[in-house]
Amino acid sequence: MTRYIARRLMLTIPVLLLVSIIVFALINLIPGDPAQIFAGNEAGRDVVEALRKQMGLDKPMVVRYLIWLGRLLHGDLGKSVRDGRPVLATLLLKLPVTIELAIISLTVAWTIAVPAGVLAAWKRRSAVDYAATTVALAGISIPNFWLGIMLIYLFAVNLRWLPPSGYVEPWKEPLRSLTLMILPATVLGTALAALVMRLLRSSMLEVLGTEFIRTAQAKGLSDKVVIMKHALKNAMIPVATVMGLQLGGLLGGAVITEQIFAVPGIGRLAIESILTRDYPMVQGVVLCSAIAIVFVNFSVDILYSILDPRIGVETA
Amino acid sequence: MATRQVTLSLAASSRPAPTIGLRYFLHRYARNRLALVGLWVVLIVFSSAAFASVVSPYDPIKTDFGNLLQAPTRAHPLGTDDLGRDILSRMIFGARTSLLAGVISVGIALAIGLPLGMTSGFVRGRFDNFIMRLTDALLSFPFLVLALAIAAILGAGLSKAMIAIGIVFTPGFIRLSRAQVLSEREKAYVEAARGLGAPDARILWKHILPNSLSPVLVQASLATAAAITAEATLSFLGLGTQPPTPSWGSMLNIAQAYLSRAPWMAMWPGIAIFVTVLALNLVGDGLREVLDPRLR
Repeated sequence: MTRYIARRLMLTIPVLLLVSIIVFALINLIPGDPAQIFAGNEAGRDVVEALRKQMGLDKPMVVRYLIWLGRLLHGDLGKSVRDGRPVLATLLLKLPVTIELAIISLTVAWTIAVPAGVLAAWKRRSAVDYAATTVALAGISIPNFWLGIMLIYLFAVNLRWLPPSGYVEPWKEPLRSLTLMILPATVLGTALAALVMRLLRSSMLEVLGTEFIRTAQAKGLSDKVVIMKHALKNAMIPVATVMGLQLGGLLGGAVITEQIFAVPGIGRLAIESILTRDYPMVQGVVLCSAIAIVFVNFSVDILYSILDPRIGVETA
Repeated sequence: MATRQVTLSLAASSRPAPTIGLRYFLHRYARNRLALVGLWVVLIVFSSAAFASVVSPYDPIKTDFGNLLQAPTRAHPLGTDDLGRDILSRMIFGARTSLLAGVISVGIALAIGLPLGMTSGFVRGRFDNFIMRLTDALLSFPFLVLALAIAAILGAGLSKAMIAIGIVFTPGFIRLSRAQVLSEREKAYVEAARGLGAPDARILWKHILPNSLSPVLVQASLATAAAITAEATLSFLGLGTQPPTPSWGSMLNIAQAYLSRAPWMAMWPGIAIFVTVLALNLVGDGLREVLDPRLR
C-alpha cells in the first residue's frame, strides 16, 4: 500500500511541473509585448521599460520560468494588475464561496442521481428506466448557461419566488444565503446528476449480473437488501472514481454559473480577470484549479485502492 | 445476449445476411430509434445551415428600427431582437457558426491527437512517457477554464475560439488513439504484416489505423456536441463569435439584458443549442452501441 502511494505520488510530480510550465507558457506566449500589454496601450515608453525590468522580461525565458517557479513555491503568485493586491490573497478570499457552491451542487446532484440510477438499473427496460435515461441525456445536453437564464426568467422574473442573483455569506443570513444558492446549485448540479446517474446505472447493471448477487437472491434475501447492501456498495466504486473528473467539470461549470448568478467565487474571478486582461490573476486561477484537480485525482486513486484492494496489487 | 447470437447464426444459415460492412452497420444503427431520430435532427440542422441563405426569411444582419423587440408574429415567427433583426433568420445562420465551430475544433483535435497518440502507443518508451505526462497535465485543467484562458490570450473571435477548443480536446484523442494502438499492436495481423516485411509506418497507418477508428468516431461525435456547447459558452461570454455575425451563444449574450421584456430572445437560441447537442449525443450513443463490440 505504502509502495503504491509512493509510486502514485512520484507520478504526480512531473504532472505538476508540466502544469506549471503550461501556465507559465500561457502568459508568455501572448502575441506582442507582455510589458506593453500589462501596462496598457496609453502607458509611456519609460513606464513600459520599467515594467519590463520589473517583470524580468530582459532575461531569457528559461531563467524567467525558474524565477517564477521559485516564487511560486514560496506562495508568491504575483500581484493583480487590476487592484495591485497579491493574487494568492484574492484566491483564498474567493475560494470558500466556490467550495460552498460546489458542496451544495454535489449534494443536489447525488441526492437525485443515486436513487434514479439505482431505480433505472433495477427496473431495467421499464418506463422508469427510459424516463430516467432520457432525462439524464437531456441533462447532459442542456447548455448550463441557458438553463441558468431560463431558471432566472421562470423563478425570479415571472413567478418571483427566488432572487435572480447575488450572494451573502451563510453565517450572516443563513436563510437568504440558501435561497440565493438554490438556482446556481440546480444549474451546476444538473449536468453532474445526469453524469452520475448514467454511470451508476451501467455500473449497477454490471454488478447485478454477477454471481454473488445471484447467491444473495438464492439465499432468499429481499430485493431491497440485495440492491442496497450488496449491489450498490460495489457499484459505487467506479462511480466514486469519477469524482475527480467531476471536479474539473464542476470548476468549469462554476465559471459560467457564478457569472450568471453574480456569485463572487473563483469562477467569476476567472472571467473578470480574463475580460480585463489581468494576466497574473488568470495565471493564478488556472494554476489553482489545476492543482486542485491533480490532488483530488491523487486522493481518489488512493481511496480507490483502499476500496478495491485489487487495484494496488495489480499496478504496484 | 445468447438468444441474439442464436438468431443471427440461424439467419446466416438460411440466407447470407450481412454481418459486416455498411449495410449491416446501418441495419444495426437503425434498430435504435432514438439514434435514428438524432441522426435526422442532425441532418436537418446541417442542411438548414448549408442552405441558410435560401431557407431563412430575412437577412440576419439587417437592422429594422421600426420592429424592435417584437413578440412572435406571422411576419417574424420567433420575434425580433433589440435591433429589430429577425430571430428565426439569425438562428438559421447561427447554425452555420455553431456547426462550423463544432466540426473544425474537433477536426483540429483529431489532426493533432490522432497521429500523436498513435505514434506514442506504437513507439512507446520515453516519447510515450512524455506524451502521457503532457496529456495528464493538460487534462488537469478544467476544460472550460483552459479554453477561456487560451481564447483570452489569442483574442476574441470565432477562429481563435475554435483553436482554443481544439487544443483543449486534443489530449482526449491522444489518450484514446494511444490506447487503441496499444491493444491492436499485439494482434496477429500486425505480426503477420511485420513478418511480410512491412515497414512500421505502413503497419501503423494501413493496418492499425483502420482497426482503431471505431471508438475514435464515437468520441468525435460526442466531442462535436461538447464543442458546440463550448463555442456557445465562449460566445456567450463575448470571447467567441463577434457581432454582427449571428451565433447561438452571442444571441443569448444579448438576450440576457432583455430577459423580462423579450424572453423569446433567450428562448430560441438555447433550444437550438439544446436540440442540436442532444441529437449529436444520441448519434454518438447510437454509434457506440453499433461499433463497440462489448455492447453487441
